Amino acid sequence: MSDAAYRGVVDAAVLHELARPEAGPRPTTSLAARRSPLAEPKRQIAALEAVDLSGKAFDGDFDAALSACGAAPLAAAAVEILQINLGKLCNMTCRHCHVDAGPDRWREVMDRATVDACLAALDRTAAHTVDLTGGAPELNPNFRYLVDQCVARGKHVIDRCNLTVLLLTRHRDLPEFLAERGVEVVCSLPHFRRRNTDAQRGGGAFEKSIQALRRLNRVGYGAGDPDRVLTVMVNPAGAVLTGDQCSMERDWRRGLERDHGVTFDRLIALNNMPIARFLEWLQDSGNLDGYMELLTASFNPATVAGLMCRNTLSVSWDGRVYDCDFNQMLELESRLDGVTGVHVSELDPATLEGRAVVTGRHCFGCTAGAGSSCGGALHDTSD
Amino acid sequence: MDSYYKAEHLTNFAEIGEGNDQLARKFFDYYGAVFADGALTAREKALIALAVAHAVQCPYCIDAYSTDCLKQGADLEEMTEAVHVATAIRGGASLVHGLQMLEHVTRASM
Repeated sequence: MSDAAYRGVVDAAVLHELARPEAGPRPTTSLAARRSPLAEPKRQIAALEAVDLSGKAFDGDFDAALSACGAAPLAAAAVEILQINLGKLCNMTCRHCHVDAGPDRWREVMDRATVDACLAALDRTAAHTVDLTGGAPELNPNFRYLVDQCVARGKHVIDRCNLTVLLLTRHRDLPEFLAERGVEVVCSLPHFRRRNTDAQRGGGAFEKSIQALRRLNRVGYGAGDPDRVLTVMVNPAGAVLTGDQCSMERDWRRGLERDHGVTFDRLIALNNMPIARFLEWLQDSGNLDGYMELLTASFNPATVAGLMCRNTLSVSWDGRVYDCDFNQMLELESRLDGVTGVHVSELDPATLEGRAVVTGRHCFGCTAGAGSSCGGALHDTSD
Repeated sequence: MDSYYKAEHLTNFAEIGEGNDQLARKFFDYYGAVFADGALTAREKALIALAVAHAVQCPYCIDAYSTDCLKQGADLEEMTEAVHVATAIRGGASLVHGLQMLEHVTRASM
């Protein structure tokens, strides 16, 4: 890209900073940048469908799994969370990214008109929470405007933060900005030790993440203040399911405090979704068949009621509407009154409640074991 | 029997109930209770299990607890240290018997 020819959403100077290697660990490049066939969502769906799961649990058919526990078709409840994906632009290129985000995805960033359309849609629903994701949502020049607009409406705002973005020159004041507005920071940190963090997110990611966590701690995050909630989001660095969320929270809490003096409020453990770059890694490492078998064999009916697709609506950078961020990446748009391809500006909230959620094999990722999806694993409420 | 140590024995472990269902059930209930989160976290218990698996040289257990360690959030460095703990105790158990040998030699020698 030449700066002169650039007519996009993101300031050319920001892209200039992102182009420098120190802007973020980059263990790989995006499928899109490599023009990998797998960059195409249809190819990803085909790769999942091509795994031979006949004779395995539910023959690998997610709707059959739902039927077996009396939950088919999967119907959405009222929208509580509007999840807005501000774009695929990111300073990092983590090896497990289901978005295939990276510094080269600067064309796919939500513009102001679409941000305003999201706000107008928000006003038409009863959603109490706005969940901002990406890419790195903070790299969208409309990020602070959107946060302010949501806060002004009394909404709970979540920033899904990769941590290292907070170290970029233009974002050093972000911890204060977020703290002053009571934004919940949900940050990605696959492990409380260096090895598995850097394996997934790139060399140096752990060190930078710890630096960013310290900045968040310094402005009051992670100290039990309900207006400065710091949530750590964990996923395994490989082809295994995530472990016991409550138990991991104890390990992470102890490890981060002892080794780095860092504190946080809660931990969410997520399974990796067999989409985009994690799918590529599964294929390349010979783990795809085994992982899909593991996901289907670990189907847990108790996860279905709390699936995020049931209370969340997901909007893409270009204003299209999905049942979740994973469906968004596979371009499986919501079916609203039998219509797909609805733009957020035309969204009729009456069509949302009770809609049948669009499903596929990837959905086994959210129902395996203790459950996953953006809300994290189930909590044992007995203790 | 054409071979020993078949991988599917691990997944089919529950079939041991065929000969005595009641004892099997008691064992698996106990097993589950042992590995539940308690004073030790699931990750810590998985690391102990991995070390013991190496001490008793059980390929099924090594397989199962390598996976469980990763799942519960242990990393390669922690798992390697756990295996070295097992190795050190095994080696130390042999070596500490050397004092019995030493005593014997001291008593019997001029």
